[in-house]
Amino acid sequence: MSKVELNKETGPREVFCGLTSIVWLHRRMPDAFFLVVGSRTCAHLIQSAAGVMIFAEPRFGTAILEEKDLAGLADAHEELNRVVNDLISRRPEIKTLFLVGSCPSEVIKLDLATVAQKLNRRFSGQVRFVNYSGSGIETTFTQGEDGALKALLPLMESTDDEKLLLVGTLANNVEDRFKKIFNHIGITNVESFPPRQSTELPKIGKNTKVLLTQPYLSDTVRDLKHRGCEIIYAPFPLGVEGSTKWFLAGADAFKINALKVHEVIAPLANRARQALEKHTEILRGKKLFLLPESQLEISLARFLHNECGMELIEVGTPYLNKDLMDEELNLLPDDTKIVEGQHVEKQLDRVRASSPDLVVCGMGLANPLEAEGISTKWSIEMVFSPIHGIDQAADLAGLFSRPLTRNQILTSKTLATH
Amino acid sequence: MELTLWTYEGPPHVGAMRVASSMKDIHYVLHAPQGDTYADLLFTMIERRGQRPPVTYTTFQARDLGGDTAELVKRNITEAVERFQPKTLLVGESCTAELIQDQPGALAKGMGFDIPIVNLELPAYSKKENWGASETFYQIIRTLLKDKVNEIDKINPHRWRFLGRRPKVNILGPTLLGFRCRDDVIEIQRILSEQGIDTNVVAPLGSSPEDIERLTDADINVCLYHEIAEISCEWLKRNCGMEYTTTIPIGIKNTINFIHEVHEKLDLPLTNKGELENKSKLPWYSKSVDSNYLTGKRVFIFGDGTHAIAAAKIAKNELGFEVVGLGTYSREMARQVRAAAKELNIEALITNSYLEVEDAMKKASPELVLGTQMERHSAKRLGIPCSVISTPMHVQDVPARYSPQMGWEGANVIFDDWVHPLMMGLEEHLIDMFKHDFEFVDGHQSHLGHTATNDPVNKETKQEQSNISIQKEKSILWTESGKAELTKVPFFVRGKVKSNTEKYALSKGLPEINDETLYDAKAFFG
Repeated sequence: MSKVELNKETGPREVFCGLTSIVWLHRRMPDAFFLVVGSRTCAHLIQSAAGVMIFAEPRFGTAILEEKDLAGLADAHEELNRVVNDLISRRPEIKTLFLVGSCPSEVIKLDLATVAQKLNRRFSGQVRFVNYSGSGIETTFTQGEDGALKALLPLMESTDDEKLLLVGTLANNVEDRFKKIFNHIGITNVESFPPRQSTELPKIGKNTKVLLTQPYLSDTVRDLKHRGCEIIYAPFPLGVEGSTKWFLAGADAFKINALKVHEVIAPLANRARQALEKHTEILRGKKLFLLPESQLEISLARFLHNECGMELIEVGTPYLNKDLMDEELNLLPDDTKIVEGQHVEKQLDRVRASSPDLVVCGMGLANPLEAEGISTKWSIEMVFSPIHGIDQAADLAGLFSRPLTRNQILTSKTLATH
Repeated sequence: MELTLWTYEGPPHVGAMRVASSMKDIHYVLHAPQGDTYADLLFTMIERRGQRPPVTYTTFQARDLGGDTAELVKRNITEAVERFQPKTLLVGESCTAELIQDQPGALAKGMGFDIPIVNLELPAYSKKENWGASETFYQIIRTLLKDKVNEIDKINPHRWRFLGRRPKVNILGPTLLGFRCRDDVIEIQRILSEQGIDTNVVAPLGSSPEDIERLTDADINVCLYHEIAEISCEWLKRNCGMEYTTTIPIGIKNTINFIHEVHEKLDLPLTNKGELENKSKLPWYSKSVDSNYLTGKRVFIFGDGTHAIAAAKIAKNELGFEVVGLGTYSREMARQVRAAAKELNIEALITNSYLEVEDAMKKASPELVLGTQMERHSAKRLGIPCSVISTPMHVQDVPARYSPQMGWEGANVIFDDWVHPLMMGLEEHLIDMFKHDFEFVDGHQSHLGHTATNDPVNKETKQEQSNISIQKEKSILWTESGKAELTKVPFFVRGKVKSNTEKYALSKGLPEINDETLYDAKAFFG
């Protein structure tokens, strides 16, 4: 265990709930539909976060609870059946339908598991139904993906074949790149979860070695272990350092010599370090404050400190899984202040008091901080941009150097706002 | 349960946030889980606000539910009052908190604060955003004025005369995330001051609780948006006799009507009646020969009640269009929209489903769509020009330039915003006409974007369209001469001509459609 300073904080928060992860999950699996069982607030949240108007008919929607649904649960189950029927008849291309629980559906104890079971029997062979909760009373932002992946595990068949399974949503191009690099290293059987088609789920078993691409998958990891999978603990593949250690850990699990890994990776790493330089010039010595949102904060802090020379004021995270983050915490400088949870007002007091050069925060806070003369980077961009891997290290750094460069161009620190 | 892929309005507490964020010295404690904080980005990103909405979310979690969530509410209220020192506190709950029934408003009232507390009960499972905004504004006014209205005499709208001052009015209804409210307020204040009328208070936008307390200093109220302010205006009328205007000053005719109404209510003589017609360029631009081609353009209108009704009136009376569709998602305004549609001999579409709107749009085959950002997308898919006239707000609806919808300048903005896409449509037609000429540059890009090749959405639509036409062709045969004649019909009426001709052929029992059939059908339908 490293000597970082771990703190906990509770209070009013400023973070998305797990429903938000539908925004990238539906893009990853275009044959799936995500049906939130919730309120108008849920529907409004997802469309506001996703800007869904670009779609003719999006692959997600909300079954909005109305007053009569709250009166009797039996009727609510009936109603949900009706909505699903309508949806399936209009969208016959749907292969997997996720019933997604929300705050209100959890509070009224709508039993989505039973509904899903019954629907599975009825639509057997046509559509598969799974359920998970993306509710804000249980999940934060990226934890929705954890729930969705965990829900898919029971559908995955068992196998004793040896394979490397990359777990966590990746941009398609990054996924291809990772597979190619592992092939060069000498691991040929590499699969990824979630898959690009919801019906093409990988098989898993005792010879499956799991390498996580995202840090927010605690529940999925626990169930993968129950299925006999071996979890490879490593830093996450962000930046040159993290990605290198990640590839090394993967290779090590397959008893491949580290020299072989370095041989494959060295040219990529050298190229990436060169590309990083122009960003590092801007970022070095700058003070960074990360507000909690995606659980990527610790890995980002490690990258921005170790490879870009930024000083860490505070690293917020909505939730800290010490087992999964142990390797990351060990790479952080001593006395790094980590805060799990949030009291948004007190945290903003600390932001102002520490006069950071850059704050990583949610979209609700970015412009207000900019108006106070504090440069920001929205955290939601980290889950939409391809940032993983050695080849993307400079792009990742670019996300943070751009606001500082822009600020320099525009010079005046405080703009008049309305 | 209602399947919703996209919604025109948010939940009612977002309406409350619009009112709270529009005002000063007010704070809203919202009993809600963490995810509800998404609503902040509507203000900070869409409106580009440099301040956070004045909202504290209690952020209860599943593990709190077994324990004392009421304590959590109280703790948040105490902290919020201490930190933000509001002059009025709003307390309410979002959808999930409504289910656990902590009654945060009642809790707050029992905590012994010496500031007014407004208890907001906004039923999340039956009401929507605009209703929530309207109710919140009303509850604030009621809470802050209920004692005062009992003490004062009924307000005589003519009292400015014997008080020896200029008449003054309140402008009620503008909020953040309302369509062009920011600029409408400036335009209306300018128009009123030209007439020698002062503005007492603008609310909610930019007002403080003290401003609300002095609403009764004005002689009458101007109700700028029915959706937000009508209930409040009605309450002020009932309780202190304050008259309010009902004409919405969008378009030349209604701006003039509005000025007349204000003068009548105040008993102020209107001395510059003749000048009013010339305050905006719209009447002349519309009369100029260049605008001849606007005559009878088929226009489909959908939006909030206020803007949809106003658009229909302008389209018909001031630009000479033919309104072929009119609808709203504001159920509260359904009656008024139905009445407006009836005057136009069409049936109003009242729905919250954008797919229904898109279907209606297809059927009406308009040449111009006036709608929300969603209709802009639907129209784009159908290759029809569109101008946005209503919320829900998009970052493009908060332009940097002065761009009101109301008053004289609003009419100018409307002329440009509606006519330019049509001119582009005409350009489209010309491209179509001249595409076989040798001067024509291959690959000329359409402004509508529907000629783009890598757009899966449009591919789908095109696929769908060709499927439809194949099906139709099965039912009745088009001869070569018929097809050739059809291609000569301008693209924007081609669909209509095709379906009319088929209808005609079927009704006459014709086995096929040739070029003559097209002319027969044309004569038949006029």
